[in-house]
Amino acid sequence: MIRSELIQKIAEENPHLFQRDVERIVNTIFEEITEALARGQRVELRGFGAFSVKHRDARIGRNPRTGESVDVEAKTVPFFKTGKLLRNRLNGKED
Amino acid sequence: MSENTLTRMDLSEAVFREVGLSRNESAQLVETVLQHISDALVRGEQVKISSFGTFSVRDKGSRVGRNPKTGEEVPIDPRRVLTFRPSHILKDRVASGNRAG
Repeated sequence: MIRSELIQKIAEENPHLFQRDVERIVNTIFEEITEALARGQRVELRGFGAFSVKHRDARIGRNPRTGESVDVEAKTVPFFKTGKLLRNRLNGKED
Repeated sequence: MSENTLTRMDLSEAVFREVGLSRNESAQLVETVLQHISDALVRGEQVKISSFGTFSVRDKGSRVGRNPKTGEEVPIDPRRVLTFRPSHILKDRVASGNRAG
C-alpha cells in the first residue's frame, strides 16, 4: 500500500469529505510526526508504535568498495518501535 | 504526558487546525489512518509512505534463545516482526533538525 492508496481508501469510506481534504489529513499526520522528530521529540501512538530519535556518535567508516576510511559525523536518526497490540496482531493474537 | 512526547491528541489537534473538521472527527480520522496502515501490515503488505518511510513485515525463523538471568535455553517460536525504514527525506530532516548549533 502506498500513500495515494491509503488516501483513496479513506476517501471512499468518508464520502462527505473532499479527496483533497483527506490528502491534507494524511499529509498533516506524517508532517507532524516528521517535525516532532526533527525537534528531537517522541511520538507515541499506543497500540501502533512509537517514533523516536537515536543519537549516533561520530565514527570512522570505510568505503566498502575502496577500503578507504572516511569520517562519519555524529548524527541523529529516526527510530520506530512497534506497539504491543500491533505486534500481537501481526502474530495472529487479536487481543 | 511530557512535553517531549506527542500523542494521538497532538496529531488530531494538527488535523483540526489544518483541515477545519471538528475535534472529534479529526481524532477519528487519525485513528482511521493508523488502522488502515495496521490492517495492511497484518495482511502482510508493505506500507510505503513517500518522503516519510516504509513499514514492512519480516518473518523470523524459530531459534533457541537463552534466559540471560538463568542461562536456561528457551525455544523462540517463528514470528512476524515489523520494521520501519525511514526515507532519505525523513533522515535528512531529523539529522539537520537535531544538529548541534
